[in-house]
Amino acid sequence: MPIKILMPQLSPTMTEGNLAKWLKQEGDAVSAGDIIAEIETDKATMEVEAVDEGKLGRIVVPAGTEGVAVNTVIALLLEEGEDAGALAATQAAPTPKAAPAPAGAGGGRVAASPLARRMAERAGLDLGALRGSGPGGRIVKADIDAALAGGAPVRAAAAVVAPAEAKAAPPPPPAPPSGARYEDMPLSTMRKIIARRLVEAKQTVPHFYLTIDCAIDRLLALRKDLNGRSDAYKLTVNDFVVRAVALALRKVPDANATWVETAIRKWASVDVAVAVALDGGLITPVVRDADHKGLAAISAEVKALAERARAGKLMPEEYTGGSFSISNLGMYGIPQFDAIINPPQAGILAVGAGEPRPVVKDGALAIATVMTCTLSCDHRIVDGALGAQFLQAFKGFVEDPLTTLL
Amino acid sequence: MPVQTVREALRDAMAEEMRRDPAVFLMGEEVGQYQGAYKVSQGLLDEFGDRRVIDTPITEHGFGGLGVGAAMAGLRPVVEFMTFNFAMQAIDHIINSAAKTRYMSGGQLGCPIVFRGPNGAASRVGAQHSQCYASWYGHVPGLKVVAPFSAPDAKGLLKTAIRDPNPIIFLENEILYGRSFEVPEGEHLVPIGQARVARAGKDVTIAGFSIAVGYALEAAEMLAGEGIEAEVIDLRSIRPMDADAIAASVARTHRLVTVEEGWPFAGIGAEIAALVVERCFDELDAPVARVHGVDIPLPYAANLEKLALPDAARVAAAAKAVCYRS
Amino acid sequence: MATARKTKTPGADHKGASGVDLLTYYREMLLMRRFEERAGQMYGMGLIGGFCHLYIGQEAVVVGLEHAIEPTDYVITSYRDHAHMLARGMDPKGVMAELTGRAGGYSKGKGGSMHMFSTEKRFFGGHGIVGAQVPLGAGLAFAAKYRDQGAVCLTYFGEGASNQGQVYESFNMASLWKLPVVFVIENNQYAMGTSITRAKAGTELHQRGEAFGIPGVIADGMDVIAIRAAGDEVVGHARSGKGPILLEARTYRYRGHSMSDPAKYRTKEEVTKMRAERDPIEQVRARIVEGGHADDAALKEIDREVKVIVAEAAEFAQQSPEPDPAKLLTDVLADA
Repeated sequence: MPIKILMPQLSPTMTEGNLAKWLKQEGDAVSAGDIIAEIETDKATMEVEAVDEGKLGRIVVPAGTEGVAVNTVIALLLEEGEDAGALAATQAAPTPKAAPAPAGAGGGRVAASPLARRMAERAGLDLGALRGSGPGGRIVKADIDAALAGGAPVRAAAAVVAPAEAKAAPPPPPAPPSGARYEDMPLSTMRKIIARRLVEAKQTVPHFYLTIDCAIDRLLALRKDLNGRSDAYKLTVNDFVVRAVALALRKVPDANATWVETAIRKWASVDVAVAVALDGGLITPVVRDADHKGLAAISAEVKALAERARAGKLMPEEYTGGSFSISNLGMYGIPQFDAIINPPQAGILAVGAGEPRPVVKDGALAIATVMTCTLSCDHRIVDGALGAQFLQAFKGFVEDPLTTLL
Repeated sequence: MPVQTVREALRDAMAEEMRRDPAVFLMGEEVGQYQGAYKVSQGLLDEFGDRRVIDTPITEHGFGGLGVGAAMAGLRPVVEFMTFNFAMQAIDHIINSAAKTRYMSGGQLGCPIVFRGPNGAASRVGAQHSQCYASWYGHVPGLKVVAPFSAPDAKGLLKTAIRDPNPIIFLENEILYGRSFEVPEGEHLVPIGQARVARAGKDVTIAGFSIAVGYALEAAEMLAGEGIEAEVIDLRSIRPMDADAIAASVARTHRLVTVEEGWPFAGIGAEIAALVVERCFDELDAPVARVHGVDIPLPYAANLEKLALPDAARVAAAAKAVCYRS
Repeated sequence: MATARKTKTPGADHKGASGVDLLTYYREMLLMRRFEERAGQMYGMGLIGGFCHLYIGQEAVVVGLEHAIEPTDYVITSYRDHAHMLARGMDPKGVMAELTGRAGGYSKGKGGSMHMFSTEKRFFGGHGIVGAQVPLGAGLAFAAKYRDQGAVCLTYFGEGASNQGQVYESFNMASLWKLPVVFVIENNQYAMGTSITRAKAGTELHQRGEAFGIPGVIADGMDVIAIRAAGDEVVGHARSGKGPILLEARTYRYRGHSMSDPAKYRTKEEVTKMRAERDPIEQVRARIVEGGHADDAALKEIDREVKVIVAEAAEFAQQSPEPDPAKLLTDVLADA
């Protein structure tokens, strides 16, 4: 029997990889330890070493194939004394497959609109890994948009049609405890991407948290005043928060950075992402150059981005990039929470509800409207003191909002 | 701009062209003394006399052929069919004698003629008087087929048609005759073969011609209320079809709905669907949807007739479906 | 054709036909006969395809009538049209090359036997749908009247077409509007394979315009001089502004309806008898000899000349190239 060379798992989290290159061709002799192929994961390019020796009998997964599931047979190695005839027997017994590709209309073909197909190819998305929302599970433009919005991994090279064997197949859900009633909700593409990215963030980004209270009575008064002057805008507390974050990042530029493995990348512009809840997920559209925009402009832009996000119409450039995010659950009455960083950003500010609280003012108890904000920092970029400086600056702008005009 | 009905615009087009070129004449049933069965030729007999405004007997096959013969001899006949339903009597001359002769003669003998008249359903006139012939004539090489919606297009296209050296099928619509539009003053020509974006939008293209453009515009208004921005293409010409305009619009919207009163089988919508697949398959995010007359002879009963013809609601529903909205 | 086309009007008793006229008729009819025979031969060789309707036997009709009209008059006919084109003075080479489907044909190879035209020679086809040329001919006459040109239109059709409704629609309008049109029924007795008695309620076809006020004339379609005389009468009528007139020319075709017709619907004897006794070319030849207008050698010289013309046409039709494939899509529409 020829030896099956399988897609290796090259990192603990790797479930699939791209077969970038074959370094041995069919018919080449292979010794143990020879590098036979290169595999790309979403993090790096890794080499595959041969463990056995023999002759490369057949390349099953051609170079350039993307999304090859771990443990898929990628090649067959003939042992000494075996000839090509032995390959046929192996072919006849293909590796068992788990489930068919989710978006297929059957027969292994993925049903996708022509436009979706083209968009996926351009963006390097694997259609087989997406779930279609159109009739019969057809993948349509909205699904691609959602996949991109959710930050689906973008492949390095243009997609090629992968053999059916290479289609990523999620493992079946675990068997339920007997007698329990349940329903498995199929995972949307967005859900899968959120799941993966946040697991990645929580597992790989060293988070720490800093919390600060901000009195926002003056902010509220100013907001009321401004909103009373014109019907052209309706400022929200969050608009002030966006502006304050932007100005604080400008004031503390070391916090306006991202981690790129080999360096800390400091950004010249201040681009602030704002989390927007969607049905079944969330997305973070970005307000570019937020430090150069006035409240009305920020307000209008956030509103427009949120509407477009809910309509599924954001363009990729509208939700990618940004060094910092804001997540505001104040409208739900949440006083305080900790948010997970949206990689590769340096931080995320979790904004709670402004509520009247007793405070000590000039040695006496008083009532102030207080909003608690918690900053999650990527410790690789932001140390405690730096994070604190940022929050201090932020608090200054929030508590004395007229200074945002300076 | 002055406001005119489609009827007046058509009349003015003919009058202007008859003043310009003495070879142009109008013939048909009731075009003269009666002033036109639908009053499209009102006043022409008075101005041009019975040498150039000719009342024919009820004999479509005969005067259809006679008109073609006159055109072969170099005149510029405008042949009015009281409705295009009656032109079926003359269709052999339209196709075999008018459309094919230039080719069969190696380019020697042309046929500059306009066949015009109301096409499609009117209102409760029953199956024999309610048929859309756009796809019938659109099928034929050697013909040009136009089907305007608005008065300015009716005028500009008819004038262009009369000057064209080829046989033209000019499909009017009885219900549109009384609709008013702004029509530019002075010489106004509209090229054959160019569609018009009647309303711009980015979410879905609705392409139609003649009265269906009205349904499409109405539907676009309804869709706007639901956050769908529909682009309405008034085809204006059936043959040659402005494939570039359709493809460009689909490239913007990625979705297409066609609208016509005619039957679906081998209809204009089917043609456009094929065209879009050929021209811009990769732009499509949904299959092309066709809104069309129901595949039956048109019934007389008011409720059944309404059910059998397209309307704005059906167009809007189709547009939502291709936007994957319900 | 190279010869002078206009002959003097003969008397109805044929006595007025000069020797020159008779030789002209003889030459023209002979050319048609030889041309059609060669076409039949080439069809058999596979050089001509599709439909091919030969005029053999009917030559007197078109020759006699052509001499009654002017080059500025209009002519239109059905699919049995080769001789009508030769009569109009169209080049036999161009006609034969169209039969072979070559670029040198009158329609550049795109029309074929049934679809040839010459606007220069005022020949408007060449129409394949039985009877369709009749309203077209009325339309040509309409244009002539509209322009006050003084031209008439000879509209030929067969007795088979005379059952078509559009013929009567045309009669009605032509009479109503006094159009200068001569309706010529070439009654060759057979509508494809159906004899006149089997398809006509009333075989006096010249009477078929009466209900429309169209006078009818009947003439011997095997006698070129009789046709010529009748032609002067009917063309004169139409040209004078009195409106349309109908001429029934009783004639006979020797060959089948088309090349694929074995003509089993009639006896061989019938055809043989007609050829022996009534042949239009033999009749004229006999008169020429009888009147001493030409000797045998002179007639043989005409035969030889005609043979050369036909041979040249056949040669041209085979040498002319097939249409350039690049021309497949041209000539559908004229540039606006």
